[in-house]
Amino acid sequence: MEFKDPQEGLERFWKRLTVAGSFVLLCFGLLFARIFWLQVIQNNYYTTRAEENRISLVPILPNRGLILDRNGVILARNYSAYTLEIMPARISGNLDAAIDELATVIDIQPKDRKRFRKLLEESKNFESLPIRTRLSDEEVAKFIAQRYRFPGVDIKARLFRQYPFGDFASHLLGYIGRVTDRDLERIAIEDQDANYRGTNHFGKTGLEQHYEFELHGISGFEQVEVDAGGHAVRTLKHTAPIAGDNLILTVDAKLQEIAEQAFGDRRGALVAINPATGGILALVSMPNYDPNLFVDGIGTSDWDAYNSSPDKPMVNRALNGTYPPGSTFKPYMALAALTYGKRRPEQAIADPGYFTFGDYTFRDDKKGGHGMVNMYTSIVQSCDTYYYMLANDLGIDVIANFMRQFGFGQKTGIDLGVDGTSESEGVLPSPEWKKKRFRKPEHQKWYSGETISIGIGQGYNAYTPIQLAQAVAGLANNGVIHRPHLVQAIVDARTGEQKTLEIAPPRAIVLKREHVDIIKHAMIGVNKEGTGARAFAGAGYEAAGKTGTAQVFSLKGGQYKENTVKEELRDHALYIAFAPADKPLIALAVLVENGGFGAQTAAPIARQVLDYYLLGKAANAPAPADKNPGEEAR
Amino acid sequence: MNPAWNPRILWQRFVAPIDIPLLVIAAILLLIALAMVGSASPERINNQLINIGFALVVMRIVAQVPPQRLMNLALPIFIVGVLLLVGVALFGDISKGARRWLNLGFVRVQPSEIMKIAMPLMLAWYFEKREARLRLSDYLAAAILLLIPTALIARQPDLGTAILVFAAGFYVIFLAGLPWKIIVGTAIAAAGAMPLAWGMLHDYQRARILTLLDPQTDPLGKGFHIIQSTIAIGSGGILGKGWGQGTQVQLEFIPERHTDFIFSVLSEEFGLLGNIVLLVIYALLIGRGMMIAAQAPTLFSRLLAGSITLVFFTYAFVNMGMVSGILPVVGVPLPFVSYGGTALVTLFIGIGVLMSIHRNRMLVQK
Repeated sequence: MEFKDPQEGLERFWKRLTVAGSFVLLCFGLLFARIFWLQVIQNNYYTTRAEENRISLVPILPNRGLILDRNGVILARNYSAYTLEIMPARISGNLDAAIDELATVIDIQPKDRKRFRKLLEESKNFESLPIRTRLSDEEVAKFIAQRYRFPGVDIKARLFRQYPFGDFASHLLGYIGRVTDRDLERIAIEDQDANYRGTNHFGKTGLEQHYEFELHGISGFEQVEVDAGGHAVRTLKHTAPIAGDNLILTVDAKLQEIAEQAFGDRRGALVAINPATGGILALVSMPNYDPNLFVDGIGTSDWDAYNSSPDKPMVNRALNGTYPPGSTFKPYMALAALTYGKRRPEQAIADPGYFTFGDYTFRDDKKGGHGMVNMYTSIVQSCDTYYYMLANDLGIDVIANFMRQFGFGQKTGIDLGVDGTSESEGVLPSPEWKKKRFRKPEHQKWYSGETISIGIGQGYNAYTPIQLAQAVAGLANNGVIHRPHLVQAIVDARTGEQKTLEIAPPRAIVLKREHVDIIKHAMIGVNKEGTGARAFAGAGYEAAGKTGTAQVFSLKGGQYKENTVKEELRDHALYIAFAPADKPLIALAVLVENGGFGAQTAAPIARQVLDYYLLGKAANAPAPADKNPGEEAR
Repeated sequence: MNPAWNPRILWQRFVAPIDIPLLVIAAILLLIALAMVGSASPERINNQLINIGFALVVMRIVAQVPPQRLMNLALPIFIVGVLLLVGVALFGDISKGARRWLNLGFVRVQPSEIMKIAMPLMLAWYFEKREARLRLSDYLAAAILLLIPTALIARQPDLGTAILVFAAGFYVIFLAGLPWKIIVGTAIAAAGAMPLAWGMLHDYQRARILTLLDPQTDPLGKGFHIIQSTIAIGSGGILGKGWGQGTQVQLEFIPERHTDFIFSVLSEEFGLLGNIVLLVIYALLIGRGMMIAAQAPTLFSRLLAGSITLVFFTYAFVNMGMVSGILPVVGVPLPFVSYGGTALVTLFIGIGVLMSIHRNRMLVQK
């Protein structure tokens, strides 16, 4: 056996041990440097990260403000109901499989799935989305018992918007729906991002849209400590939400109901205004739709039904329908004639039943004509020839300038909707308008012949019913025009305190009072002995009115020729009125699409509305029924 | 009176093999362990007390065994260990995607754990046997003895244990005097072979390795652990948030917080100060172990003590390194602190061996 020097071996071992020891120190030094870096130098950053982990800000949605009519009838309210919600981000594995599994416990229809899919596509981030809404108590209990099987699925109590009368006043109320990208833009513009963090619904049309930020309220916040699973462990701070403001409307729900019922199955619009204030008393566009269907996202079949209906229930005819005013234009024409001194009231013309201008012959409705016609009879009997001649004498520029003062062809600025499309401008014909409207030079020229039919409210004339109502209210108010509006007051939901509402100052048209009185006198005559006499026989008040019949034609391309109007399209019936004639409390415009003569269909609707409003007579119209009883707020 | 029944003598006999510095260091670590488990998972504190009691008993028994006996046991234990590892590979139970346990009918064993002791024992024995006529080929033989069990464990797969077993064996070879030329040459060769090996891997294997190296690429999966533990450490600051006050820990953002990630509990709740204390205690433990190795009388006991000591270091460094985000996450517990009985018993067997070597430092030379 050969022996190595044990001392040499030991020294070599000690050397190695020293190397190892140095390595240990080096590694521990490295470790210390890392820990020092994290705990001292980066401490602030990681403290923030830990806090972000720990604390979650949960927005608490404020109650949306109510919408009430002038008498306190609730037109839009909220109720609390349970929804079954899925957080897609928390679902491990296949979402469809998870929903299949869920369907074994809770009834989930194909339409629920479809709606959920749609919501999923539209959803902003990893928010919780409802798969089922309005769960019954039994369903809630059933799910709670099985909840452990469904991570990422939970029951939530949410407030739902409800329109208790269903398809009633829908075009003025509008509706709310899930927040979309477009809504987010509006929220960003209004600098409301923080306030809307937890908000799922947004006003889409009507008052709900226009007053979105008043109705919404201020979101509260709850600072909660959450664990890694996202479950709230405890609440650190609670800031209560502030409920949205209530809207008190100028609208009289009963009047609205009577007006809507008066339409029956007919399509059309009615706008009733308090001439002294511009407050809208009723704003009808028939048919209505049910705004309740939109709140949770409308189902495909309902949507298709509304969209494909030839009655176009989604169109707000009062603001977006543009119609020639027909003979309802005549009182303003007569007023223009007086104002510009082109006619004296007693000055009469001989009406042969037509008016010839160049090669064209413009016919009066009445074959053979009305005989000798002065201003009074021209309105009472609605003589066309008188106005053909008058229009020719006034000229298009004078007509356009005069009518513009009454708001014809301009948006009224009513507090409905927000975007440019919620109200149409209509067309106040003038050479300037034509220049703008058409591109080809040969189309841009104004022909004097075109002025003639303007005088009887035909031709390019196209106005919305709300413009007609605003004009007749202005006339009733002797030329002082208040901007039409629906909201009388915005009220703090808690304190009942009224908030100031910006109301545009009225505009006054320079008119001679005796001229206005002449026109009013003639309009009273319409209902006494003229075209409105049958509809207003036996009324207990004096109403001033004017019937109108508008020929249906297309404005497109401007290739208007009177005798090429499609025959199968019946004329629109119109009626404007105010009452009581001496001290008007209400002014209105009625339009019945394809209703034929205004005297036949439109005037009787106006009669019912005026009867109720002035006499309290409800012509066999029952009170609007709450279509959703028992769903009152829990 | 029979001296065997004299309580004082009995006590003296009982404490004789115990090295007080080692015991004190271990005791401090155990107290830290109880404090951490008590914060991260209070319901496990009783279990951990039982584990500790059992481990201390094992330590005392091992401390009684003289190094000469250990040497005699080296070869049989190693052979049994390798056979069991082969058995695991063939018949092992699968749990959590890995085949680590072998059911022997009456008991389930984890042979890789045995290997942590058997490996340094075997190699130390081998070098002791070859001490007088050590050749380069002996290092090769040792390398083969090292690589076979390591490969078997790595295949289970149990990367953490494979690293520890490999480290234990490598330390023996290194301390036995493996020439620097070979160490450096092998390192260079391994580095050179890496691109080649990389080219031979499948895409999914590469992806796995990349996640292992950079967990941030998988923030919700593997990366979640490490991101959250880094936040826990960083937010602890200098003084920590206080015992039981660490939000990352208490709100369960730290997975495995009572086992492999318990270091983040200490870091969050006791801050840099707590970490310095822990590092100092580990340094003391390693220093004491090295002192014992340096004083050991035989090559076998020197190598064994040195290897066990450096394995303690490896445990500590790899664990703290992975929890603080400078090393890839492999399953290595924080020695003496992480919850769990098996690892604790293995560690205290190591302590017992160190104590035994220390007690017998004078005997053989005479």
